[in-house]
Amino acid sequence: MVSENDIRRYVAEILQDLAGQAPPVAAAAVRSAGSEEILPDITEIDLSEVINVPSPHNLEALKAVKKITPARIGVGRAGPRYLTDTLLRFRADHAVAMDAVFNEIPADWIARHNLPQFRTKCDTKDVYLTRPDLGRRFDAETAAKIKAHVGALAKIVVFIADGLSTTAVTANAIDCLKAMTDGLAASGLKTSPPFLVQYGRVGSEDDVSEIVGAEVVVCLIGERPGLATAESMSAYLCYKAYHDIPEAKRTVVSNIHRGGTPAVEAGSYLADIVKLMLEKKASGLDLKL
Amino acid sequence: MILKTKMAGQVYAFKNLTDVLAKANDEKSGDVLLGRAASTVTERTAARMVLSRATLEDIYENPVLPPEKDEVSRVLKEDLSLGIYRRVKGWTVGELRNWLLSHETGGEDILRISRGLEAEAAAAVAKIMTAMDLVYAASKIKVPSTCATTIGLPGTLSFRNQPNHPADDLKGIIASLAEGVSYGSGDAVFGVNPVEDTVDNTKAILDALWDFMQRHEIPTQNCVLAHVTTQMQAVEKGARACCLFQSLAGTQLANDGFGVNAAILREAYDCIHTLGQAPGPNLLYFETGQGSEQSIDADGGVDLMTLEARCYGLARVFKPFMLNNVSGFIGPETLYDGRQILRATLEDHFMGKLLGIPMGMAPCYTNHTKINQDDQEMATMLAAMAGANYYMGVPVGDDVMLAYQDTSFHDDAALREILGLTPAPEFFEWLKKRELMDEKGRLTAKAGDASLFL
Repeated sequence: MVSENDIRRYVAEILQDLAGQAPPVAAAAVRSAGSEEILPDITEIDLSEVINVPSPHNLEALKAVKKITPARIGVGRAGPRYLTDTLLRFRADHAVAMDAVFNEIPADWIARHNLPQFRTKCDTKDVYLTRPDLGRRFDAETAAKIKAHVGALAKIVVFIADGLSTTAVTANAIDCLKAMTDGLAASGLKTSPPFLVQYGRVGSEDDVSEIVGAEVVVCLIGERPGLATAESMSAYLCYKAYHDIPEAKRTVVSNIHRGGTPAVEAGSYLADIVKLMLEKKASGLDLKL
Repeated sequence: MILKTKMAGQVYAFKNLTDVLAKANDEKSGDVLLGRAASTVTERTAARMVLSRATLEDIYENPVLPPEKDEVSRVLKEDLSLGIYRRVKGWTVGELRNWLLSHETGGEDILRISRGLEAEAAAAVAKIMTAMDLVYAASKIKVPSTCATTIGLPGTLSFRNQPNHPADDLKGIIASLAEGVSYGSGDAVFGVNPVEDTVDNTKAILDALWDFMQRHEIPTQNCVLAHVTTQMQAVEKGARACCLFQSLAGTQLANDGFGVNAAILREAYDCIHTLGQAPGPNLLYFETGQGSEQSIDADGGVDLMTLEARCYGLARVFKPFMLNNVSGFIGPETLYDGRQILRATLEDHFMGKLLGIPMGMAPCYTNHTKINQDDQEMATMLAAMAGANYYMGVPVGDDVMLAYQDTSFHDDAALREILGLTPAPEFFEWLKKRELMDEKGRLTAKAGDASLFL
């Protein structure tokens, strides 16, 4: 019978052996358990600065091309495979992207912003991802609640939908919404009280529009995340939307995030578009911006 | 044909062959979405039972989409070798499976009956096969093809170098291309997906790829994956291209959505045959993928796997140089997770090879699907065991233009090592001359440095 102490001793010996084999740099990084030190955030490293090719033929040329493409080049290799940090960065970027899709919007965020939440016909995230049709419609009971919340005189209806990135929504939606409503208020235009749609596709704005009889509907929605950012949000604006309206009738402002069009800037731009839509009574390809 | 079976004491009845084909399919979220999938595992198995007893003649007599109404069906019917078909029409789907797996049946035997097999028959037999069946049967079938160089030869594994750039910046494209070449990727083709589908842009990229090939004397072919009509205009304006690309679908309606039909494809072949830089005879490059028809509401009531087989039936009329699926590109509404994408990958490769297609693979994924890097790598390794002609090569698998993940330059090099495969012969010689690869097909210390070509 091996005692617990034996096991501890074996493990300590093995660790010692391993430490002996490790390159000096890694050995120097070994710290005692409970150290207050924290590893740097690998997702914050600017990849355009990283070159891991050992003694490249022309380092300057590599440095130059790293500035003109976001592609992950000059990464080096371990045999035919990725170096550990190349792999960890890739997996970290993918993890952030997946969590943006699969996590729900935090309840405390919803409470803090005092947003009523209405769910489409999708019961779960899985249903949402596999049934685009259900993510565009509300059942009768929810429709009645939306109508009651928005009120009778709904000319401009704005709402937030989780879409494919809840991270994008929590990062941008409130700032964007506020800038837009402020911009419209400055022109004497009132927007109906905002709300949140859970498991919403872009086409849910058609149902919202039909339910409340909106003249203009604006949907702020999380975009499908890429590896570069999971925080990108889009706004889909539509004049007198109806079920199965052609996509060409929607006006889209995409790439709303801190590395693209910042939320506040996007919000005031959206206010200008809404004003133009009301004036021209059109949206999408019918509306020249 | 018999459309009913009893299984475990219960009777299962199916409406018609189309219904049987759909319900016999392994579970795919796309079929579930459209209400075509079997509702229980036993119903799926019952459908497979019924399908296994259907003859190839039953399939011929019950077209999933009538030729009068669908151009793809018409082209498939006209291209079928009736002589060969008549010899095998009495076989059941179950007998076809046994024959394909038999030690008595070699790859050449399979290719000899291939033109007498309908696309729907290829789909049918794949539906009653397991993953290992699909890998084993496909591994017998070698379909080499020749554009400027030859790929798909036994013992070789090739790659499309896919150096996409989010703004079509030529220097940016060449940077990724150089990185890939230094890893031995690009013997299938240098192929760029452009952001902007214009004649001038297509010509500029084609010429940049061509100039790179000439400057470094690289024996391969180039292609820009704009719409085929855009590429034709670019070539007519003097762009130097080896092959022309087009996405294909399995129904006329979906091909209308892609802006393509048989006449345009014939025109494309004639165009590149006359004005292209490669001798051929295989001068076209196609992409397909389970679920593409459904994503644009053009599936005609047929399950997504059967439609995929019809793409290969359509493609073979034009003797392509390469064809790869991109199942996994659309998202979870068609293929839900890693398992479904893995299964689709093996099915597509098998169906393509059975129909005589020089089949490559692009096991790939988007970030809103329940799949991770391990799933993708497993699909890639299994399809390589099955003998896929080629894969994509993308820097660290992260396509910065199309925003999805595909196989990488590193995957390419590792796959060759794991399976003891080497690049296409001319490209292999070139890599050895440049001291990037040794005799065994292993990267040298020099490899993996883009700046050798910058």
